[in-house]
Amino acid sequence: MDILENTALSLGKKIRLKEIGVREAVKASLDQIDRQEPKIHAFLDVDEKKVYARVKEVEEGIKAGRYRGPLAGVPIAVKDNICTKGQKTTCASRILGNFVPPYNASAVERLHAAGMIVIGKTNMDEFAMGSTTETSAFGITHNPWNTNHVPGGSSGGSCAAVAAGEAFAALGSDTGGSIRQPSAYCGVTGIKPTYGTVSRYGLIAYASSLDQIGPVARDTADCAALLDVIMGYDAKDSTSMERKSENFLDSLKGDLHGVRIGVPKEYLDLAENLDPDVKKAMVDTIHLLSRNGAIVEFFQLGMVDYVIPAYYIIASAEASSNLARFDGVKYGYRTPEADGLHDMYKKTRAEGFGEEVKRRILLGSFVLSSGYYDAYYLKALRAKALIKKSFDDAFYKYDMILAPASPTTAPEIGKSLQDPLKMYLSDIYTTAVNLAGLPGISIPVAMDSKGLPVGLQLVGNCFSEKKLLDAAYGLEKLRGSFPMAFQAKVEKKHGKERA
Amino acid sequence: MMEKQYETVIGLEVHVELASATKIFCGCSTKFGGAPNTHTCPVCTGMPGSLPVLNRQVVEYALALGLAANCGINQHCRFDRKNYFYPDNPQNYQISQLYVPICHDGWLMVDTSVGPKKIRIHEMHMEEDAGKLIHDEWEDCSLVDYNRSGVPLVEIVSEPDMRSAEEVIAYLEKLRMICQYLGVSDCKLQEGSMRADVNLSVREVGSDKLGTRTEMKNLNSFKAIARAIDGERARQIELLEEGRSVVQETRRWDDNKEYSYAMRSKEDAKDYRYFPDPDLPSVYIDDEWISRVKKAQPEMQPEKAARYQKDYGLSEYDAKQLTQSRHLAELFEKTADLCGNPKKAANWFLGETLRLLKERGLEEEEVEFSPEHLAALIVSVEKGEVNNQGAKEVFEKIFDEDVEPMAYIEAHGLKISQSAGEAKAVVDKILAANADAVEKYKNGEEKVLGFLVGQIMKEMKGKCNPGQMKELIISKVK
Amino acid sequence: MAEHKISDEVMANTELLAKLALTDEEREKSRQEMEKILGYVDKLNELDTEGVEPLISLFPVENVFREDKVVNGDMRDELVDLAPRKKDGQYLVPKTVE
Repeated sequence: MDILENTALSLGKKIRLKEIGVREAVKASLDQIDRQEPKIHAFLDVDEKKVYARVKEVEEGIKAGRYRGPLAGVPIAVKDNICTKGQKTTCASRILGNFVPPYNASAVERLHAAGMIVIGKTNMDEFAMGSTTETSAFGITHNPWNTNHVPGGSSGGSCAAVAAGEAFAALGSDTGGSIRQPSAYCGVTGIKPTYGTVSRYGLIAYASSLDQIGPVARDTADCAALLDVIMGYDAKDSTSMERKSENFLDSLKGDLHGVRIGVPKEYLDLAENLDPDVKKAMVDTIHLLSRNGAIVEFFQLGMVDYVIPAYYIIASAEASSNLARFDGVKYGYRTPEADGLHDMYKKTRAEGFGEEVKRRILLGSFVLSSGYYDAYYLKALRAKALIKKSFDDAFYKYDMILAPASPTTAPEIGKSLQDPLKMYLSDIYTTAVNLAGLPGISIPVAMDSKGLPVGLQLVGNCFSEKKLLDAAYGLEKLRGSFPMAFQAKVEKKHGKERA
Repeated sequence: MMEKQYETVIGLEVHVELASATKIFCGCSTKFGGAPNTHTCPVCTGMPGSLPVLNRQVVEYALALGLAANCGINQHCRFDRKNYFYPDNPQNYQISQLYVPICHDGWLMVDTSVGPKKIRIHEMHMEEDAGKLIHDEWEDCSLVDYNRSGVPLVEIVSEPDMRSAEEVIAYLEKLRMICQYLGVSDCKLQEGSMRADVNLSVREVGSDKLGTRTEMKNLNSFKAIARAIDGERARQIELLEEGRSVVQETRRWDDNKEYSYAMRSKEDAKDYRYFPDPDLPSVYIDDEWISRVKKAQPEMQPEKAARYQKDYGLSEYDAKQLTQSRHLAELFEKTADLCGNPKKAANWFLGETLRLLKERGLEEEEVEFSPEHLAALIVSVEKGEVNNQGAKEVFEKIFDEDVEPMAYIEAHGLKISQSAGEAKAVVDKILAANADAVEKYKNGEEKVLGFLVGQIMKEMKGKCNPGQMKELIISKVK
Repeated sequence: MAEHKISDEVMANTELLAKLALTDEEREKSRQEMEKILGYVDKLNELDTEGVEPLISLFPVENVFREDKVVNGDMRDELVDLAPRKKDGQYLVPKTVE
């Protein structure tokens, strides 16, 4: 069997049993990167020398018994807004084009401690602002299922890398759906954990109150194992939560019996915006779940119309402040010529930031400015309180919520950016989860008529990852195996040859 | 027409650097004077992905200061971001407290020449200090040092209750004394660990409406503050007399030119877009914390001075002088208790200690001798083992090097003799035996004194101090 | 969708706060997009939030503290090295005094 056919966990197991060497596994990934990158461009930086230096460390660490976890030796891709010591971390922005952090993000430290190997840094929407990975300053990423389509965003590179078999797993970040939506578009599984579960130290902030790092992988078990690795309290992040260690991987049973699942009526009533294929996938999945012991009900969630306005006000406001530090003084890009300090600031930022980032900085500066703070920012925080309450009410009745990850499957490249507002509206199913700090997992359930994957999300109450992962695992078993794009294409090609 | 009388209305914003070992949001040292940027880390240089974690000691200090200044405590308080672009501010926002500061509505009683006056405090909040900018003449640019970036500050905002430079200085001195007593800050104006911005307006006497105020910055001594207040008062009155109006603005005081200049920039939007910092959970100060800090508060100056009058029998003036610095007061107290002679101990502190402080250019807090040593010296003087001149010499050594006084006295032959009685007996004997020489001395022949001392030295086999013997002879003969 | 006009003055102020040098063309485009987005987010005005406290922290976590111990060493060279312009271990910026 080709090494690339393994999930992260089966690869880890074979490495442990010495059936596959760490070096072999890494080489398989790097070779696949060589083959796929010309079409996909999921990576911004792959440093083979560093990777092989790390391979040596890991080989020794496994031998010495230092790395004993289920993912030791497994190559992983990391989104380029997560700091990696000694390796460029750009947020896909010109303003950080040459930035090499002198420290690791805490999540990266945890990957290292688990014996994993960071194979490269993945493309993304600039500063995670976007839903298509088209706002990257360093070129777009293509969807491995159909390279004329976007991979989604902002963690498009991470999801495409997993779908294309270039990495066995990846880290993404999710501020308003940036893991769940591209996971759906690329046919991979991704989870946004409860706010505070994974340390944000070293994650270059977009919107601090919403950002969370999370796993992207081929299936739920891989996600669970990776979440076990990266989660945990971190004294460097004051918003990090002390959670008792749960061992998500070992508690997976796939038991759906008696699980109460709510489906917000409003989510299916978006008649004009909801793609019929996505709607069909929802309906089919609801039937599948109820036939197999789950109790599925429609209900009125409420507040749905106010989610996008609240999200964009809060996220832009925080972004305008978080991105103020990029000013040409301490690191990154600086305009070559300027007439004095403030001119230097303005030119550096105008030349260093892309259009979408500037749009959100302007919007954020406006909503915080004197005279508008109460009407916009405080109002949005009040709406957030009501949104949180609507979820609290829902979780009083249901264990989790089933929802689409996006109203459509992956759009064609070049179709989304002309109308920013329309693009924002497509985040309708994902942003509320961040506003309420909830965990959400996106898993592929079907293919649409164009041959693109459809993903749905299960959303749980805060700190209910265990239940959520178990339900996703159960749904996955009912669904049956779901190939990665690179595997599906091989099958198709072989099929043709046989025909 | 009668000349208009003006009243000056002053409120202060005082920044005090807290004495914690580390910065407010990271584990970097707060030590003053390190080489540029050697006390920095990703957090206090605003590196991407870095996050702040609050130093517990900072809250503790701010709380102690608030309680000592009779403030109400906001038991749930929070940090907000103050957004503005400037290179000394690495994140281009300062973490401060606007919406819910830690302390509110306090007051201090200050001593003025016309008696005590209550100055109200509007609020106190915690925030981070900025880095330092220096101008580089050579390249005509500025250089940034972030060592001070993130050093914890408490900003104390007074009500506009002061009417003169004298009151302002009395308020600042009171505040400084409280900080030093609490140990929350060393409050050195020159090093910038205490900084005052002066908000000043003038109005006609009798008016109850406030005039337009200006804010003055860059005041780094009490003298500069006094001059700036007088200068700004005169400038505003002149404007009003000319029928012009005062512009609400920030002005920078130039103490050399004794004039303030408007700090204006069209790039300064002055809209700080404060919002709650999403990186920092709120702070909850429970009743137990408050009572623990209250209990741990030291005896403050007024109580200490009263006790000195009562227990040590010192005058009001001396008691007040001795308690200006908690550190010196504590040294004094220990010395007084050890030697059992508070009045003599007080004299050493009010006289020689203050003189040497001034001469050496030291701060009170820098005095480091052992009270045991001074106490031993006082006892020794009382026993007549060393005379006043010798004792001063010994004290100077104690002050500078903390020498053990008895050993020093021995080693330097300052001891009047093994026993004062023996020396006196020998002197009497020699004087009796040389009556003619004594007579000559009385008639003005000073040089016979040398002869007499020589005789005594011979008799005592050199175990005495010639100077002391000389004094002894003079005192006997007169 | 509600109309939301942004005046030249407000636009200029927003640009100043955002510290971005926009060309006339970019400014017009940004203004139109912002007007559209603000027109949409004005939807929040329909929402009755009377008596609702703004939700600042999701979880009732308080008092996350660090002890007052120096744990950082000298990182100057690593940090200052990242600066686009530097001199003698300091960050070099256009002069700040007029």
